Amino acid sequence: MSHALEIKSLEKTYKGGFQALKNIDLTVKKGDFFALLGPNGAGKSTTIGVITSLVNKSQGQVKVFGYDIDTDLEKAKSFIGLVPQEFNFNQFEPLMNILVNQAGYYGVERKVAVERAEKYLKQLELWDKRDDAARMLSGGMKRRLMIARALMHEPQILILDEPTAGVDIEVRRSMWGFLRELNSKGITIILTTHYLEEAEMLCRNIAIINGGEIVENTSMKALLAQLDVETFVLDLSPHNKKITLTETDFRVIDDHTLEVDLNKNQNLNHVFQQLTEQTINVLSMRNKSNRLEALFVNLISNKEPNKKSSKESPIAVTRTSNKKAN
Amino acid sequence: MNNAIALKSILTKEIQRFLRIWVQTLVPPAITISLYFVIFGSLIGSRIGKMGGFDYMSFIVPGLIMMTVITNSYSNVASSFFSAKWQRNIEEMLVAPVPNWVIVAGYVGGGMARGILVGLIVTLVSLLFVDIKIHNVWVIIATVSLTSATFSLGGLINAIFANSFDDISIIPTFVLTPLTYLGGVFYSISLLPDFWQGVSQINPIVYMVNAFRYGFLGISDVNIVTAFLVIGFFIATLFTIAMVLISKGIGLRS
Repeated sequence: MSHALEIKSLEKTYKGGFQALKNIDLTVKKGDFFALLGPNGAGKSTTIGVITSLVNKSQGQVKVFGYDIDTDLEKAKSFIGLVPQEFNFNQFEPLMNILVNQAGYYGVERKVAVERAEKYLKQLELWDKRDDAARMLSGGMKRRLMIARALMHEPQILILDEPTAGVDIEVRRSMWGFLRELNSKGITIILTTHYLEEAEMLCRNIAIINGGEIVENTSMKALLAQLDVETFVLDLSPHNKKITLTETDFRVIDDHTLEVDLNKNQNLNHVFQQLTEQTINVLSMRNKSNRLEALFVNLISNKEPNKKSSKESPIAVTRTSNKKAN
Repeated sequence: MNNAIALKSILTKEIQRFLRIWVQTLVPPAITISLYFVIFGSLIGSRIGKMGGFDYMSFIVPGLIMMTVITNSYSNVASSFFSAKWQRNIEEMLVAPVPNWVIVAGYVGGGMARGILVGLIVTLVSLLFVDIKIHNVWVIIATVSLTSATFSLGGLINAIFANSFDDISIIPTFVLTPLTYLGGVFYSISLLPDFWQGVSQINPIVYMVNAFRYGFLGISDVNIVTAFLVIGFFIATLFTIAMVLISKGIGLRS
């Protein structure tokens, strides 16, 4: 069975000598919801650029649904829908024209294209704006327009480069629902995002790229399992007591806030029990940071590229980051 | 993949673009040509007398129409393609399975559509000033189509290399306009001294203007077959250059 995407030994060196991608290997299964994460300038957009033929690769092989972009470029392109990071439509063109023309570039008959444009504009709540010039749309609407445009030829793989950047939480959540629905219909989705919560919620598999190299490539579940320590923030009722907890790392932030580090072998009941014995009530509780964020910071900040993370202990890093935060 | 649909889509987009901004694209040539007719035709032309056996006004009409076609074909593709690069909406085509020849043909078709439409408008305006004779309609159609294609290709190549809006005005200002004015629009090159007649032979616009004038008036300073061969040579050369540039992604892909 061919994969949705296979990248082998991909390298890209820009004019001037900057090596953006260094021997990248990456495989995305059909139907996957895949996250490609990395800090700014890590090589995410270059990787997407090569896959979509907007960037000429220096070396390596890219296959989309088994079609090599060197030998079957047009066939490979026909499978891909791209939502780029920056708005790249004609700002003066009406939405309907943008969508129908885009479908035409993929050989979709105008009648079918008009029907699809109506469907996606309605689903993405842009139908009322169909005759407006694209420049009249808000930022969130422009993002949704780019998603609609990418779907006009009904691609098998949808690549979204920071699709929710600058979008308010309400719109972001509705976009998540829309993407989940697309994925449930069998469309392979590759997502880059700065919102790690987004990647954790949506994606089943993940690759982390840093300095042009893949530093982690695994399932989201396996990655999160590497997290040995989680930090919880407990909001306490007012008290004048000196808190003591045994077998647990903790920090008293102020009179009513306590941070507790728990490793895999510990449970919160043990903490609650001790606080109850000291007649201190817990009013509420939350994770100090997104779980994926802690791992991401670990992988990006404290590891040399090309060294796999799973063998190293993220505990120290988590504690370090907590100390920094404090 | 149906290339015909892709080609039609690019053509539609291009035609929609220049019709949407008709005040900028269709009206100015009509006004400019009217001024040419008033100044060079009525005021100065009456003192010049006959040229090539025709009134000066009748003599310059084909050249003025051709000058408008050349300018509009070139600027349409140059500005549209560069705007698409600048706004990055050219990526809509680059990520799609559109063959490079379809992209070239689509933009050139758009440039030809504007060039020919503006040519028709200018022809209608000129009817207000002079009776237009037609010697050979097929020569007129062939010349205007091929010339329009030539300069659309030129505008495309200019836009591919351009990095700023200034870059798409340099060639029209410093190359196209002088070549057009020295291309026999306002005079017969037979009036020039031998040396300058020889120099004029390397100006491709001389062949286009004269072939077009032949279609209307039946007179030409150059051989018509030679004129079509020259135009054909430029089309083949410019098309090849445009294809190579787009295939290599010059100015389009990093």
